[in-house]
Amino acid sequence: MTARIGVITFPGSLDDRDTRRAIRLAGAEPVALWHRDKDLKGVDAVVLPGGFSYGDYLRAGAISRFSPVMETVIGEARAGLPVLGICNGFQVLTETHLLPGAMLRNNHLHFICREQQLRVENADTAWTADYTAGQEIRIPLKNVDGRYVADERTLDMLEAEGRVAFRYLGMNPNGSLRDIAGITNEAGNVVGLMPHPEHAVEPLVGTGGTDGLGFFTSILKKLVNA
Amino acid sequence: MARVVVDVMLKPEILDPQGQAVQRALPRLGFDGISDVRQGKRFELELDGPADEAALARVRELAETFLANTVIEDFTVRVENGPASGNEPAAETVQAAS
Repeated sequence: MTARIGVITFPGSLDDRDTRRAIRLAGAEPVALWHRDKDLKGVDAVVLPGGFSYGDYLRAGAISRFSPVMETVIGEARAGLPVLGICNGFQVLTETHLLPGAMLRNNHLHFICREQQLRVENADTAWTADYTAGQEIRIPLKNVDGRYVADERTLDMLEAEGRVAFRYLGMNPNGSLRDIAGITNEAGNVVGLMPHPEHAVEPLVGTGGTDGLGFFTSILKKLVNA
Repeated sequence: MARVVVDVMLKPEILDPQGQAVQRALPRLGFDGISDVRQGKRFELELDGPADEAALARVRELAETFLANTVIEDFTVRVENGPASGNEPAAETVQAAS
């Protein structure tokens, strides 16, 4: 008996297959979900993958938010279903307001693709329990709309409640306020980040490291022990 | 039949690097005397019926939930050649005066 983790494919998703592969490598069962299908096939958790869903038209994530599958995801996430949004998935989560703030064009206006050092600030969420607070990890970053913004009150609240889950180390690659790379909701079941853990899960590809695997082993342990 | 225009702009406190890039190009192109540029979006909606208060209320709902992300953006709604209304303070004044 293992956990079943759904990965949604939107038109324009790019990293859905890599994400399913990462889930399999972690020991869970990946389940492909389709944007027009309201049915989540009884999965125990959902990942919104990276890419350019609906061409990023209007705003990144703005149209995906209203897709049939997201209607179900939004309701279930509020009821406690673990949801991870990576890159475009993070943008979708801010557009749904499951996570506060918004994502904007990088401050230097360039697409950026590099290995990025991060600090795991919160190791108590459903997706980060296999890390330790303060742990430094290196995973790929690739986006053009990666600048996290929120008003000062929201930023102060996130800091005070320990909801800044990941922070950029070294350089800030996109002008994100307070070096924020990822955040969690209050309950810790919904997490979003711009860098890509699913591209750092085996030695052959990506960074050559496995620093990203912990996202998927974290959720697996949580679900299996639940 | 009526045309309703929705303008969406980043809130004043949000950094707009695209507007800055345009502004920085201006002196090189010989356009002097422009101290700031901010870039936004304009939507032109063709209504099937008249732009009455009910129709405009629906457009404002559409603008607030979809065309603009009010976490980072302000919007105004106006009938072409009519007064504006939206979530910007200035626009509210116009609406109150109309």
